[in-house]
Amino acid sequence: MSGESANLPQRAEVEDFLYAEAALLDDWRLDEWFALFAPGAVYEVPTAGAPDDDDPTKSLFYIADDYVRLRERVVRLGKKEAHAEYPHSRTRRSISNVRVLGREGSIAKVACNLLCHRARAGKVDTYFGHALYTIDTTGDGWKIRSKRVMLDMDLLYPGKVSIIL
Amino acid sequence: MTLLDPIVRQRHAPTRSGFVVEEPDRFLFRVARRAFTEEAVLEAERRNIFDRCWLYLGHGSEIAQNGDYLTRSVGGREMVFNRDRGGAVHAFLNTCPHRGATLVREPRGNALAFQCFYHGWAFNVNGRFASRYAEGNYGEGHYDGGCADLTPAPRIEHYRDLYFINFDRDAESLEDYLAGAKEYIDIVADHGADGMEIVGGDQSYFINANWKLLAENSVDGFHGVPTHSTYFDYLQEVGGVRMGGGGDVAAAFRGAMKDLGNGHAVIEYPSPWGRPVARWTPAWGEDKRELIEQGRARLIQAHGQERGLRMAEYSRNMVIFPNLVINDIMAVTVRTFQPLAPDRMAVSAWALGVRGEDERVRALRLFNFLEFLGPGGLATPDDVEALECCQKGYRNLREAPWNDISKGMPRGAGARTDDEEQMRCFWREWDRRIAEGPVKVAGGAV
Repeated sequence: MSGESANLPQRAEVEDFLYAEAALLDDWRLDEWFALFAPGAVYEVPTAGAPDDDDPTKSLFYIADDYVRLRERVVRLGKKEAHAEYPHSRTRRSISNVRVLGREGSIAKVACNLLCHRARAGKVDTYFGHALYTIDTTGDGWKIRSKRVMLDMDLLYPGKVSIIL
Repeated sequence: MTLLDPIVRQRHAPTRSGFVVEEPDRFLFRVARRAFTEEAVLEAERRNIFDRCWLYLGHGSEIAQNGDYLTRSVGGREMVFNRDRGGAVHAFLNTCPHRGATLVREPRGNALAFQCFYHGWAFNVNGRFASRYAEGNYGEGHYDGGCADLTPAPRIEHYRDLYFINFDRDAESLEDYLAGAKEYIDIVADHGADGMEIVGGDQSYFINANWKLLAENSVDGFHGVPTHSTYFDYLQEVGGVRMGGGGDVAAAFRGAMKDLGNGHAVIEYPSPWGRPVARWTPAWGEDKRELIEQGRARLIQAHGQERGLRMAEYSRNMVIFPNLVINDIMAVTVRTFQPLAPDRMAVSAWALGVRGEDERVRALRLFNFLEFLGPGGLATPDDVEALECCQKGYRNLREAPWNDISKGMPRGAGARTDDEEQMRCFWREWDRRIAEGPVKVAGGAV
């Protein structure tokens, strides 16, 4: 085992972290979820079928939040005037195929598959895709530096991404 | 009150289709909710409206290079929009003349020729049949008369690089059809000294609602503040609001509404938000200020003080009948929508940007677009929710048969952006075309 891979976080640790993150979203504990992000972090959802390395300064995304807009997205979803999610939808996220791709300094690169079902007002939406994270694993609690969710769908059948994926 | 509202019983003044009731003396304008729910109405719309109006196909920048093509659903047809090897732009029906298979199956690309995978018939990108079979396979003269060529849309015309098709060979010219909308297309097209381009792909999504609900919503200044209060909260929080009038968001929306003819209408109002083309806002930081001010100065220099400031400072929401929206707001979006069923539509939306603009402005344009617009924006999902709630509400139409679109009627020609005259323009044209078109549908509320 090389020195580099010896420093990688174990997959089980990463799984625990991602499962806990998913549980916070499913439970609508969005303030706690946002606290997982480091200042300066970004949260992005390119359009369905876009390449993993698509650039939000050149291509149209669904979501390309900087830290401030992500905070405001969370604030907004806490209000009953966020009509698309009030009453809240019921969701369940399944995280699988977790891979630790590597590390740059203290930042681990992680990939996983994501399946999210959302039920609301008599309709079930399915979001499926994969996600790429960069996670700062130094310090007491891990902090997400970036989260990008690629929807592996040809079109956005649910019509909107009103939840956080 | 009986099921038939006394106002309607006493002063029933249906317009020609029977779905719209306009009573100017009572300042009343109502639309039967059946118009949103019935398959027979949609069939009449397909034949009387979508087969006869100019329909937006795409922007020339999407097929910038010779050989570029893309596929798109328009007016219930599957289309190929492409630029041939000589640079001419075409709109072909995406079906092989041989047995009908979908010819082009890639969403976009560049090609020297198109070939059907089923039996191999091949075509030049100008639509001409290009296979050559040995003698004896087809009779002499088989290729004559173009029967083996791709079928083009009966009409394709463009205005300021916006391409439209029409399935009615005898339709008026696109420019005549656009009427007053041309002035507002010009305002957007003139943002760029070298024109405009579609930026980085599209947002395609579905809404479980009748297509006309999105036509209404896209130019509806009345819903802005109540539906999108959380968006305005966001703008206030991040320093994105910049307006006069003491911070009254509703007042800021009060600009002017204009009937552009042929069912097209626009609202134009001072922008409460930043506009990357020329209107800086503190949320973007001081470091971007000079860059944006330069854009503003360029517009004023090119177009004069009055028009330049109008382009820089004001926002515009425009509907071009029946299904094109160009909203020049916190970014520029081009949006079109196709009915799939009375209660479902497919939406495609694009960001339009200044061709060759500074990459920092481009990045800001896209960032700003997403703060409001699209399936993940802080506002559009609530519009989708509103439209789907309307559609669900129409299940009650036997007892609650009418929509009210009367706001601002006492103001007459002085209708404001948060009135509903722009929707009345749409509905009067819809009513005329449903009544006069070849397919008849029984009007009335229930």
